[in-house]
Amino acid sequence: MSYYFVIISPADTPLFELTFGTSKAGGDGVPRFRNGETARYMNQFIVHAALDVVEEVQWLSPNMWLKVIDNYAPTNSHISCFLTGTNVRFMLLHQPSAITTASAGSRSSTISSTSIPQNPTSPQTEEAIRQFMNEVFELWVKTLMNPFYTIGKPIKSPVFRQRVVGAGRKWL
Amino acid sequence: MPSYPPSLASSPSRHLSQYSTSSSTLVGGTANPTSTSMSTGASTTTTATLRYPSTRKTIYDRNLNRSRNAELSRASFAYLFMEMVSYAHRRVQGIQDFEKRLNEQGYPLGLKMLDLILYRSSPAGSSSSTSSTSSSGGAAGSNRPLRLLPLLTLLTTKLYPLLFSRPADSLEQSTTNPGEYMIIDNTPLTNQYISVPKEMSQLSVAAYIAGIIEGVCDGAGFECKASAHNTATDVWPNRTVFLIKFEDHVLEREKELERQGVK
Repeated sequence: MSYYFVIISPADTPLFELTFGTSKAGGDGVPRFRNGETARYMNQFIVHAALDVVEEVQWLSPNMWLKVIDNYAPTNSHISCFLTGTNVRFMLLHQPSAITTASAGSRSSTISSTSIPQNPTSPQTEEAIRQFMNEVFELWVKTLMNPFYTIGKPIKSPVFRQRVVGAGRKWL
Repeated sequence: MPSYPPSLASSPSRHLSQYSTSSSTLVGGTANPTSTSMSTGASTTTTATLRYPSTRKTIYDRNLNRSRNAELSRASFAYLFMEMVSYAHRRVQGIQDFEKRLNEQGYPLGLKMLDLILYRSSPAGSSSSTSSTSSSGGAAGSNRPLRLLPLLTLLTTKLYPLLFSRPADSLEQSTTNPGEYMIIDNTPLTNQYISVPKEMSQLSVAAYIAGIIEGVCDGAGFECKASAHNTATDVWPNRTVFLIKFEDHVLEREKELERQGVK
């Protein structure tokens, strides 16, 4: 599974971006998006399109964790959202690996279809993403507590990036 | 300052890839060995130098609940706030301008407080050790306020204890205007050590607290204007009313949510 994670401010500007691949089941943590080179802008486009759905859902449920809210069929991408109290959106686009890569590794034949790298909608995957989001939320609050961080500015801290990469490796 | 390794302090423009290798030695055993994977997603971060404090702990190493029940010195707050008021005083024309300036200083604090409050009231945040045990807590974070009443009770029963270690004294709704609510504080901390001269008797330095309240409401998506008004009584000479006026579209949404039965 390949992931594109972005934090979007209430004014729809991206504050933090990260692309990574799965580290579970022998994954090497390198993203392999199906749409190849166009993935860099297509992922941004797909995620921002999903913001409309977020705005429809956000006043109906008080939860911060909104689960999978949108998908984009041509690349089999699913978008999960976590909403903080200040309406900052944590968006995660997740895309299961293409079949061609599954045949490449001999180990992948033993993976069951419910494992996190393969099935984007299984309860296990959802739970893993929820844990990931909760951990990022904790890091986000810590960022906010930094008196030198101004609301609405991109997060540049390398420690933050390092911690988010660590969370992705741990849960996804 | 002398405790920084000379290699970090001397090169101001260090590229991230170089940086990450040096940081892994600094952070050492506490962090995950992530320095190898940094190159995969680090394209957006530009050159950054980070100076670690002498304890080698960043703000990300600090538990968010560490200062949960800690109290700050009232004298130091009074001193700091006195400086803020006199700083603003030197730069303003009238009382409205003065209050606006204090309000603007409180506003970003409110935006930041909201997420901290929600974090601390969530099951993951309320347990003493954080992310490692959050897997056991099943609920997904705490609830965002969607309606006016949850928001206002959040202000009086969560924000106020966080700031002043006590709930607000009263919460009232205006009888004349449906979009106006009042939070009443008999002894606002900000007014306690500030003597307002006679010619500025309209001024309430609690505009700072009003700014915090406005920040929390705005952050949660309830656009409003909050202002502080002196309503001294014989018993409470510093009694202050925080008047919160919600914008029309917030009230419209409130009606719509009520119709749909959202709590």
